[in-house]
Amino acid sequence: MSMLELRTVTAGYGQFTALWDVSLAVERGEAVAVVGPNGAGKTTLLRVISGVIPPRHGDLVFEGASLAGRPAHEVVAHGIAHVPEGRRLFPKLTVAENLKMGAFLPRARKAYRESLERVSALFPALAERQKQRAGSLSGGEQQMLAIGRALMSRPQLILFDEPSMGLAPVMVLRLFDLIRRVREEGYTMLIVEQNVRQVLKLVDRAYLLEVGRVRMEGRAAELSEQDFVRKAYVGL
Amino acid sequence: MTVTPARAAGAVLLALIALAPLVPMAGMKQYVLHVVIQIFVWSFIGQAWSLMGRFGLVSLGHGAFLGVGAYAVVLLWNFYGLTPWVGGAAAIALSVVVALVVAYPCSRFGIIGHYFALVTLAVGEVVRLLIIAERDWTGGSLGVTLKAASDASLVAMQYADKRVWYYAGLGLWLFGLWVWARLDRSMARAAMEAIGEDETAAACVGVRVTRFKLRITVLSAALTALGGIAYAQYITYVNPETLAGIGVSLRIVFAVVLGGMYSLLGPTVGTALTIALSEWLRIVFGVKFIGMAETIYGLLLVIFIIFLPAGIYGSLAALVRRRRPAPVPATA
Amino acid sequence: MIDPIFLVEAAVNGIMLGGVLALLALGLNLIFGVLDIVWIAYVDLVMVAMYAVYFLVMVYGWPIWLGGLGGVVVGVALGILVHLLIITPILDSPPVNQLLATGGLLFFLQSIATFLWSTDHKSVRVSLPSIELGGIFVSYPRLIAFVLSILVMVGLYLFLTRTFIGTAIRAVSQDRGAMALMGASPQKIYVVTSAVGGAMAGVAAALLSIQYSVHPYFGAAFGPITFMICVLGGLGNMVGAFIASFVMSEIIAIGGVVWSTEMGYVIAFALFIVMMFARPGGILAKRQ
Repeated sequence: MSMLELRTVTAGYGQFTALWDVSLAVERGEAVAVVGPNGAGKTTLLRVISGVIPPRHGDLVFEGASLAGRPAHEVVAHGIAHVPEGRRLFPKLTVAENLKMGAFLPRARKAYRESLERVSALFPALAERQKQRAGSLSGGEQQMLAIGRALMSRPQLILFDEPSMGLAPVMVLRLFDLIRRVREEGYTMLIVEQNVRQVLKLVDRAYLLEVGRVRMEGRAAELSEQDFVRKAYVGL
Repeated sequence: MTVTPARAAGAVLLALIALAPLVPMAGMKQYVLHVVIQIFVWSFIGQAWSLMGRFGLVSLGHGAFLGVGAYAVVLLWNFYGLTPWVGGAAAIALSVVVALVVAYPCSRFGIIGHYFALVTLAVGEVVRLLIIAERDWTGGSLGVTLKAASDASLVAMQYADKRVWYYAGLGLWLFGLWVWARLDRSMARAAMEAIGEDETAAACVGVRVTRFKLRITVLSAALTALGGIAYAQYITYVNPETLAGIGVSLRIVFAVVLGGMYSLLGPTVGTALTIALSEWLRIVFGVKFIGMAETIYGLLLVIFIIFLPAGIYGSLAALVRRRRPAPVPATA
Repeated sequence: MIDPIFLVEAAVNGIMLGGVLALLALGLNLIFGVLDIVWIAYVDLVMVAMYAVYFLVMVYGWPIWLGGLGGVVVGVALGILVHLLIITPILDSPPVNQLLATGGLLFFLQSIATFLWSTDHKSVRVSLPSIELGGIFVSYPRLIAFVLSILVMVGLYLFLTRTFIGTAIRAVSQDRGAMALMGASPQKIYVVTSAVGGAMAGVAAALLSIQYSVHPYFGAAFGPITFMICVLGGLGNMVGAFIASFVMSEIIAIGGVVWSTEMGYVIAFALFIVMMFARPGGILAKRQ
């Protein structure tokens, strides 16, 4: 059984439908990417999974439990952490306080010290800036903090929403290194990303989303070999 | 202008309202007229408030304009014997100055929403407290009585006969409706223009919107002051609690929101209901249970706001619109 | 010319009053920051809690400290009730409806207090002397109120910075949605915030009880100044609200001695209006 499974999910905002019958699965230990052009419904997909918006049809199953329509805070409690688009840090809180908020769940709160040590080991730069306000960090450090904050909830699955957005090209490469380090820790992850070339190097499998539908899916290596994908997204 | 059932009903209703003072009502007449005059005047004030309110300019300090208008006209008459016709003009001018002093920086510095509400609330309190502080002139919190003219006259704008005030109030109310409707039409046009313009022109439209808001604030303040003048002349007594400060400001807003601030008759419906309600509660409870009438009034207000967020008239209008099979094209 | 000693005495009294005003401003600020709703009736909750203190102490004969605690409990209960009954249904309503719903509560509380307890001023009598310090008289209850309010504020500060839920309250005021992604139920945080806000109202009620008599229009007297302080200090800015409280209370106290109490308030409000124009960035920065 897959860890996360979306079965023919349709969702949108008001009259507008952003996702049509999307089916998708993530296996335990796997890293999966969802790629596609702007407006393909990638962010909507993550919002459905993390409970920010409910699906209109279809089901969302995580570890055997249906999460469709559950509010965001309950989804987190099931073990899905979300690194949101634009990071959404608490700018006036310190780095340490942001990490603390990541461990807000009772289960995570008990393991707070231990999680903090793990995150600090993974991102030493954050450990040095404990007392600094999140809003005063550089873009790369903020992304690091957003990831660290997600790890603090001790998730089984991490969702990344456009992690490279707004970063300078040099920083993008470093960011993917960071994510790779998280990956090596054994976390399962689902990444929505526009930087197709970089993300396909990182993940096992990928889905190509276009105008709200799954256009293609396959192993990352195979997908990046497809002429169609190369021309349209990888820019080779 | 075609005759529709709605227009015909409106005309009949208007004729009935106009003829009401001629109907014999025995001893009740004075009281009924009094209540209806109050409804006219406060509906007018509510309409003046809603000019701003519907634009998102939620003022909690309209008591300031009421107070400035009412006190200026009364004090000018009492101390200088200045006719309310001139004193009224001065009072309106003064309230316009107050409005500009507040509204210009507000629109200039982008003070909106809660902040706008709190700034205007402060303005209302400043006026109320100034009235109390200047007690040598204003009688402080005890209020001041309008000096009676030697006889009922147009110059003094004083009439013992309630029928005169009834028609004056009716005129005022109709004037308020007219202003509301006219502005509504020009507002629709402004909105159309804004949409019609391309994006590069948005900045220009933005500037125009700011100026438009400023104009609306001035208009609203002037009309509110006019309402205050009319009320003071009719009641012949002014008091800082009933004409300035947070209490009366909230009452105005309540009535309008209760009726629905986005529709022509909303302020009137809301005002009529709140006045009728408080009069009725006062009759029911009399002097036996002091505070009971107001308690129920407050409770009902909270309940109405929670359950009828679009206002009574607004909710009903929406309901009627939904029932109607074919949508009637908008007149604007 | 006014004897300078009166001015100094007024200034000292201003500081004392500032402590209690700061409690109110912080409580309101907290709710405002988290829920984005102004509780117009906030100080009217204080009024009700003051009646509770009065009845517990003067009618049921509880010792003053226990009666004060009773007032705090009443404050907490009121905060939670107001949130559940009035605020929860209108969380997504337009701001004007939110203002009016709590404004209606203001009318309701004022008039039910009039109905139940009449408009008589009721005071908790504490026979404590004034202290003389170099020719300046400071009333003992005021001094106690000041010291306690400072202590409670320190407690609030520790709660908001040292605990998970307190930090979460600050976090929610910066980004509501992101806090839900951390696994915090917004509703739960709102209730805790309202309870803490109610507790601040209750503490203020207990401390005001020993200095002022209570009447149904008590809220109208202290309400507007509390909103002004709250906005003047800046949203979510504890230090700002704290300083603004003392600035405003000094103006009121000294203005009251030099001119009249009303003029003191007029100057304070006028200053508020001018400050809103002069420093909107500091106050509005978060909104835009």
